[in-house]
Amino acid sequence: MKLKAFLLTLLIVVVYLLHQDFWNWQKTEPLVFGFLPVGLAYHAGYSILASILMAVLVKVAWPKHLENVESKDAEANADQTSRHE
Amino acid sequence: MIPVIVVSIYLAIIAVIGSVAFRRSKANTEDFFLANRAVGSMVFFLSIFATNMTAFAILGSSGQAYRQGIGIYGLMASSSCLVIPLTIFFIGTRLWAIGKRHGHQTQVGFFRDRWECSTIGTLIFALSVAMLVPYMIISIMGGGRVLNDISGGRVAYWLGCAIVAAVVTVNVFFGGMRGTVWVNIFQTILFLVFGTVAVAVISHALPAGFGDYIQKIASNPKTSYLVTRQRMPERYFWSYTFIPLSSIMFPHMAIMCFAARKVTAFKRTVVLYPLAIMAIWLPCIFLGVLGTQLEPGLKNPDGILLHLLTDHAPVWLAGILGAGIISAVMGSDTHQVLAISTMFTKDVFAHYGGKDKYGERGSVVFARGFIVAVTSVAYMVALVTPESIFELAVRFAFSGFAAMSPVMIAALFWKRSTKYGALASTLWVALWLFLTWYLQKISDGIAPKPGQPPTLIFSALGHLFERSPAAVTVFGFLPVVPMVLGSAVLMIVLSLLTPAPSKATIAKYFSTTSPEPITPAAIKPALAQGSYPSTA
Repeated sequence: MKLKAFLLTLLIVVVYLLHQDFWNWQKTEPLVFGFLPVGLAYHAGYSILASILMAVLVKVAWPKHLENVESKDAEANADQTSRHE
Repeated sequence: MIPVIVVSIYLAIIAVIGSVAFRRSKANTEDFFLANRAVGSMVFFLSIFATNMTAFAILGSSGQAYRQGIGIYGLMASSSCLVIPLTIFFIGTRLWAIGKRHGHQTQVGFFRDRWECSTIGTLIFALSVAMLVPYMIISIMGGGRVLNDISGGRVAYWLGCAIVAAVVTVNVFFGGMRGTVWVNIFQTILFLVFGTVAVAVISHALPAGFGDYIQKIASNPKTSYLVTRQRMPERYFWSYTFIPLSSIMFPHMAIMCFAARKVTAFKRTVVLYPLAIMAIWLPCIFLGVLGTQLEPGLKNPDGILLHLLTDHAPVWLAGILGAGIISAVMGSDTHQVLAISTMFTKDVFAHYGGKDKYGERGSVVFARGFIVAVTSVAYMVALVTPESIFELAVRFAFSGFAAMSPVMIAALFWKRSTKYGALASTLWVALWLFLTWYLQKISDGIAPKPGQPPTLIFSALGHLFERSPAAVTVFGFLPVVPMVLGSAVLMIVLSLLTPAPSKATIAKYFSTTSPEPITPAAIKPALAQGSYPSTA
């Protein structure tokens, strides 16, 4: 469990660090698809990477316990019903 | 005239949707402010996205790209692609659960209860409203300006602002959250397709290919900075990754999180959110850079897309795309108006006894009256105040809300956090807002021109405070960096130095996140030991 949390944290940190693409700072070439400067194409790709990261988090780190949360009123009613039974 | 007709039809549709939502409404605040916490998965995504996207995503982004080049995408868009979904995933889901379980409808209601203190809630309320109101006013200004531009000046600026304010008022007044999210479905789809259609239409009309224009920009030493980031300092670029932390702290975003029917609605949202940002921002940034060749020498580059559409798109299509821009303006504006109304009704009116005196129905009447009052005042302010004042205020608001994120994170995840930590963080944020405002004011006269190095504000303090062309920096970083880090440190230190909240409060908020949720019956003995009464 701890290893999974560590690996996911590491993954988020790596993706965050990839945002600072200092190696593309002064570059225009190559033009991706013949018209997108590399610095712009990189960050378009980064947006897709962010979406993939979120899909991974949803898959393996989804807070499942929150799916069972009920409103206080509903619980109180359920509580009352069970006492009447 | 055709664009005006198209936009008028669009505005009429918005008003009609609001009135249909009115017929479905019930006279209680949960229904009016949160659509009965029943917003479904796809609608939730479309609505929360519309909440966060303003006219800046279309007009401001292309205008900034015209001035500064492609770096704007990495600076503002791709950082948001990562940080905003992460905050929705980690914070939004927890906010939803707390709202569902304890009935909170605003962040302030949660903070008051979580830290057993009314005053801290009032302070955060005041700071939030002070940062949100300028945002709402500038949305009305943006709408007025767009209508004025699209109509070629036929719709006067004052009339454009009045139309936007009136449509937003009608929509929120009658429809509440339900009307707002229904309208958002229509609005988000419209402005999501805006960019792609604009690129396709403009490319079709150009004599040369996109690649030829980009090559031309790159080969000219005077314009080559537009296709690189040579004028964008790396520290400045990195600092900007802190700004999207503000998103979830904006009251209209947090309130939207309370409105989902199920927590699973967040799944689709966090995955699609980065792609939706890209769908809007990438074409707008690209067209903004391209615009430097097609429409050189614009005095107001924020109008570049409108110029390109006017010159390269059929008139009717320009009208539809204009409606897309208005959608971006109004999508967020309706949520801002609703959020301010929700906060005043729940955090002030209800909290200080109004609900006990006038009941749920009275609270909704108060909310509706407040909506009319706040949009009327915002409209009048929009007419008499220069836009630049609010642009500056909005920029500070992003830093301010970002710096409040440690407060929210501590409230949700750290049992030991205390009201004194939250108080210290809030005061720190307020202090920095005043400081940066003051530094910005005194350094306006010495601001360097684009491409020139930053100037020292106080030479005795060295590089501590510098002035770049647009902003004050702290050792080259944007003020948001020390604001967020300082806020986090104060939250931790002051919390450790002061008594922890009561066991009852900790049980109330932290047992719900354990695999075995605690029942009300189990909480009762803890409450009997003495806890702060819920303000929800």
